[in-house]
Amino acid sequence: MKSIVNALISGLLFGAGLIISGMVNPAKVIGFLDLTGQWDPSLGLVMASAISLSWVGVKLAATRSDPACAVDQTSRPIDKPLIWGSIVFGVGWGLSGFCPGPAVVAASDLYWPALVVMVGLLVGLAVAGRFQTE
Amino acid sequence: MDIAWSLFTPWHSLVGGALIGIAASLLLLGNGQIAGISGILGNLLKPEGRVPWRLAFLAGMVLSPLLLWPVMMQVAPAAVETPEITLGTVARLLIGGCLVGLGTRFANGCTSGHGVCGLARFSPRSLAAVLSFMGAGFVTVALWRLLNGGVSL
Repeated sequence: MKSIVNALISGLLFGAGLIISGMVNPAKVIGFLDLTGQWDPSLGLVMASAISLSWVGVKLAATRSDPACAVDQTSRPIDKPLIWGSIVFGVGWGLSGFCPGPAVVAASDLYWPALVVMVGLLVGLAVAGRFQTE
Repeated sequence: MDIAWSLFTPWHSLVGGALIGIAASLLLLGNGQIAGISGILGNLLKPEGRVPWRLAFLAGMVLSPLLLWPVMMQVAPAAVETPEITLGTVARLLIGGCLVGLGTRFANGCTSGHGVCGLARFSPRSLAAVLSFMGAGFVTVALWRLLNGGVSL
């Protein structure tokens, strides 16, 4: 039960962070990707801030011997699915202004562009899932 | 490249980013899980992946706009424009969303899993993923601007 409440609070904070940072707004995301136009550096600072605090979490987790923190850290090599998958994702991100997190939050707020993105996103995940052998 | 200082919202970015980082740390410490949204969604599509922590995390994300609803207009760094519903826009969003789904599944992660959590633990795979998707995003929007004479939602 405690772990379910923990995950729920984590989801709430994650969503709140996306809203407060403005990352649920596709115009701000596209503004960051628009290097040849009027560049908005906001997304870069959101990432830097998020990474810094996640790093604290990673450090704290490393000091614990609790099995709940034993995240599988086995590093696989940098392979083609990783690079090609990321490139395909980047194209979709640029076209829509949405990555998965903001799409979920903005769709929950019934923002129509996010609802359309979610339809495509779920189809893409399901189709790719069929090819995966994990 | 022109930096649009008028659009840059550093305080919102710092505070929002911090909340995202705290959320990821909480999930790691309390559940031993990585806050990767594409992975969470992808696993929820499979019956065997529908475990309580994923459902609870997703419920939290879905409820977050409601939680912030009374103060949403005050906390958002800029008004969110709602584009007109046109065939072109719907097609672009649908294709874009589909590519995001396909790509993140093959790459095993997106902006959250690779970008935030992966870079926080200095994963070389995540760094390669972030450079690839950011590069592709920059090129896509540059081409869109070039071919269309501008970008709009």
